[in-house]
Amino acid sequence: MKLLLKIWRQKNANTQGKLVEYVVDHVSPDMSFLEMLDVLNENLVDKNEEPIAFDHDCREGICGMCSLYINGRAHGPQTGVTTCQLHMRSFKDGDTIYIEPWKANGFPVIRDLVVDRSAFDRIIQAGGYVSVNTGAAQDANCIPVSKQDADKAFSAATCIGCGACVATCKNASAMLFVSAKVSQLALLPQGKIEAKDRVLNMVKQMDTEGFGNCTNTGACEIECPKGISLENIARMNREYLVATLSSEK
Amino acid sequence: MSEQTGLLKSSLSKKYLMAISGLFLILFLTQHFIINLLSVFSAEAFNNTSHFMGTNPLIQFVIQPILIFGVVFHFVMGFLLEKQNRAARPQKYAFSNPSANSTWMSRYMILSGAVIFWFLALHFYDFWFPEINTKFIQGDMSGLSIDGNFRYHEELIHKFTNPIRVSIYILAFIFLSLHLLHGFQSAFQSLGARHPKYTPCIKNLGTLYAVAIPLGFAIIAIYHFFSH
Amino acid sequence: MTKIDSKIPQGTIDKKWSDYKSHVKLVNPANKRAIDIIVVGSGLAGASAAASLAEMGYSVKVFCFQDSPRRAHSIAAQGGINAAKNYKNDGDSVFRLFYDTIKGGDYRAREANVHRLAEVSANIIDQCVAQGVPFARDYGGLLDNRSFGGTQVQRTFYAAGQTGQQLLLGAYSALSKEIAKGNIQMYNRHEMMDVVVINGKARGIIARNLVNGKIERFSGHAVLLCTGGYGNVFFLSTNAMGSNASAAWKAYKRGAFFGNPCYTQIHPTCIPVSGDHQSKLTLMSESLRNDGRIWVPKKKEDAIAIQQGKKTGNDIPEEDRDYYLERRYPAFGNLVPRDVASRAAKERCDAGFGVNATGQAVFLDFAYNLKYKYGKTEATKKGIHSPTEQQLYDLGKEVVKEKYGNLFDMYMQITGENPYEVPMKIYPAVHYTMGGLWVDYNLMTTVPGLYALGEANFSDHGANRLGASALMQGLADGYFVIPYTIGDYLADEIRTGKIPTHTPEFDEAEKIVKERIHFFVNNKGSKSVDHFHKRLGKVMWDKCGMARNEKGLKEAIEEIKQIRQEFWKEVKVPGSDTEFNPELDKATRVADFLELAELMCTDALHRNESCGGHFREEYQTEEGEAKRDDEHFAYVAAWEFKGNEIQPQLHQEQLVFENIKLVQRSYK
Repeated sequence: MKLLLKIWRQKNANTQGKLVEYVVDHVSPDMSFLEMLDVLNENLVDKNEEPIAFDHDCREGICGMCSLYINGRAHGPQTGVTTCQLHMRSFKDGDTIYIEPWKANGFPVIRDLVVDRSAFDRIIQAGGYVSVNTGAAQDANCIPVSKQDADKAFSAATCIGCGACVATCKNASAMLFVSAKVSQLALLPQGKIEAKDRVLNMVKQMDTEGFGNCTNTGACEIECPKGISLENIARMNREYLVATLSSEK
Repeated sequence: MSEQTGLLKSSLSKKYLMAISGLFLILFLTQHFIINLLSVFSAEAFNNTSHFMGTNPLIQFVIQPILIFGVVFHFVMGFLLEKQNRAARPQKYAFSNPSANSTWMSRYMILSGAVIFWFLALHFYDFWFPEINTKFIQGDMSGLSIDGNFRYHEELIHKFTNPIRVSIYILAFIFLSLHLLHGFQSAFQSLGARHPKYTPCIKNLGTLYAVAIPLGFAIIAIYHFFSH
Repeated sequence: MTKIDSKIPQGTIDKKWSDYKSHVKLVNPANKRAIDIIVVGSGLAGASAAASLAEMGYSVKVFCFQDSPRRAHSIAAQGGINAAKNYKNDGDSVFRLFYDTIKGGDYRAREANVHRLAEVSANIIDQCVAQGVPFARDYGGLLDNRSFGGTQVQRTFYAAGQTGQQLLLGAYSALSKEIAKGNIQMYNRHEMMDVVVINGKARGIIARNLVNGKIERFSGHAVLLCTGGYGNVFFLSTNAMGSNASAAWKAYKRGAFFGNPCYTQIHPTCIPVSGDHQSKLTLMSESLRNDGRIWVPKKKEDAIAIQQGKKTGNDIPEEDRDYYLERRYPAFGNLVPRDVASRAAKERCDAGFGVNATGQAVFLDFAYNLKYKYGKTEATKKGIHSPTEQQLYDLGKEVVKEKYGNLFDMYMQITGENPYEVPMKIYPAVHYTMGGLWVDYNLMTTVPGLYALGEANFSDHGANRLGASALMQGLADGYFVIPYTIGDYLADEIRTGKIPTHTPEFDEAEKIVKERIHFFVNNKGSKSVDHFHKRLGKVMWDKCGMARNEKGLKEAIEEIKQIRQEFWKEVKVPGSDTEFNPELDKATRVADFLELAELMCTDALHRNESCGGHFREEYQTEEGEAKRDDEHFAYVAAWEFKGNEIQPQLHQEQLVFENIKLVQRSYK
């Protein structure tokens, strides 16, 4: 396959970026999308040009490091997969592919397609944990959890923190990410003790980071590579409402 | 309420307020629709109800201000949120394909809202300002026209003789429908009312409401246009 | 030959750890705040250690090269985590877990460490559940288990096929909690470039800020390397693209001995290589072997037809299929340990029975269990008395989907084939390195104050790691071992005070780092970093992979030297050293792989026996099984760096087995 790529190039956070065109040839349908970019980069190095910077690590869809807004969609045209799992058989010969970084106030560009997602870390630091120190835990089976709740908590916990929800939301809202963690811990008995403070603090941090508001378009749920449900956002809305009204702080 | 949970400050609280004001306006709309519907079946009933609504002090001095506040609040908040949301993505994408993951209605609430806003301006010009003028500036609380009958039905019909006005009204109802198609169920989601059993019902009800009510309003307008 | 001291406590095996804990030196809470600990790496071992030490009151700094500590490659572990809980009432115990791990490791692990691992395994599950890790549960709300290779009990706790993710996010949440409290300073996108040793003690690191290229100095009273394994030396492996050996290698060059570098684990169930463009290999969890049956055609002509694309697996009738694991190892069947399963696959493929275009794949087939195990059970549950084949398939598919859905989806995504309908194709791939920095019972390397945890050390898995034991070891080291053992060293450091970073030792280390980076960005070479990495990987896979022999290893050593020389002449790194430059990051890592690879081959060459993941073709039984030589090789090979291009020195830590009798491993 031969493809025309229009890739966002930006030297660093302080300069303006723009789309630059590249042609990449001899692309095999068995290649992953990132392997296709590897090939392009190899060519660029050969031509003494600077390769395109993009984030990636595990390349099996779980670390959440890869990103890319491909042809107007987070993680590309397929649903339920990350960019690293996207394969070139999803494209055809002669296609033009737009490749851009996540664009959001909360995710400043570092270089080319690489953005800074440390806002997500700070949101977790605001309360995305159970305050239990090492060594103090009781026997695991002393805390029974109904299978249904455990399964729901697990589904929420599969969030990989990639930021596709923010990237795809027309408001660059981080609600799906935040609600996944809030939900996971609100569903489990271990997390209930701190539930109120958690939701209040995490939402406050989310707002501080400059993410937009949720307008329930549902785009995040569709583009989320792990299929995190909007149900989590509803649960967070509920948790926050109760916490706001009843918290003594 | 501390700074941390300030009811108006957090993004979630704004959502709640949008949802509550939206649901309140949906209730009002239902009430408005029922009264309008009376105009088709019985001029008398319509006149009596209109007179009651127009002169009852509780409705005029308590409910009406709340309603106006609700409308203004919903609009102002909507625009403020839109401004904030736009600021959350200062650099736009060069190429975006949002229709792959969301409906037009959900993305263009601000547009449908703005159309409804301009329609309301016309609507106020048509009915509300003359009404306030007659009742509170000229002091005529009788609700009667020169011939001694109630004037409400007559005024209504008079307005719907102009084809341009009717067309504008119908266009506005289409946008109202689009706004409601997303807004109705979205309000429940914002308030956290979601349940695998009930949410499908709410969504269906929302779609039904969003189609039926604006369609009803439009049919009433068309009925009066053609029947007089 | 100098003696190395493993510092194993006295006493019977089941008392060693508890006695040790009762007598180990402590640091009082007031003094802890004044002690700085540097943790490199934020995976299971790093995050759990950092969080636990910060909770105790130490001042901790954590470094990771990724954009967030949550990305560490522990996250990719799929199957599960072992623990001797005996919740299944199937006869599990601390001793059995200990025994299975020693045996699985082909009797090349240290008894005392492994017993300690088995002892703390249960605490790990308690700790993780308390953190909110959503393990799989049964309908009564209690924890569920499944079985893994090399064991006959069900002791593996899991969270669908994403156990590593859930455990890592648990550790990450503990880490985040301590960052929020200010007890941990987190440095994302920072790569450790060197260890600073002052007066024989590890006193700090040189790190590079990967965003702006700045070289920074950090001091600490102890340095913990939790930097994972070195599987990427093979270029293609199941490791993450960024996984590297540089931290461990720098420690080695600063005096830490490297233990058993040749022990690499080749995982039997990975998606086969599809072409030259391949950048990494994807693992299909070992848990799939619970329900998948591995086979190749019995007849060569069938295999050839499949290779040519004329037939598919479904065209081969039952009687023409060779379920070679069930045939060769009836007791364990498809659940033999990884090294055994991998070699068996290689044996069949080398004999010409491979089932893809390259002949380098075997089938992993779910059809039988899908229909006759799950389908039948479901049919019975639903009261269907004589279900049709289609009904069995439909019912079974639902169960399989729930158990392995995400893995099947991943497979489909990568290969374009639907594993519910055609058997999966798998082939072994480099997965884990049992070797690593040599550590004593305290997890300290031969450099005082320098520790290695998790996959970065060599300690607990011997010559082969059992499935679901890596997560166990990483968390055991971080949550329950290092918090105790580090006190033994730090108790003597309370009077040291803040360690300055303007010493000659820091100057020297920084100078070396800067010179190397300066070289890379200015070298006018003609070949990319990946070019060399791929060449190295091929040599390693062919000659130091699943099977090794003397001739091949000797050739490999020469070839590696050759590639290394060429690398330093011809490597090309575009861009500058003052900006975000992933090519430069790669170059510094590959430079170290090129040295480590030679040590791996040297170690493999010296170990004249076969054990676990180290299979020397000269040393096998008549049936083709690994043949150990306990008389001469029941030791840990700890290599000491003696200088560039100089043969390293071998030190032997004799392994003493007081509780387990060494026998030929048998899974028949």
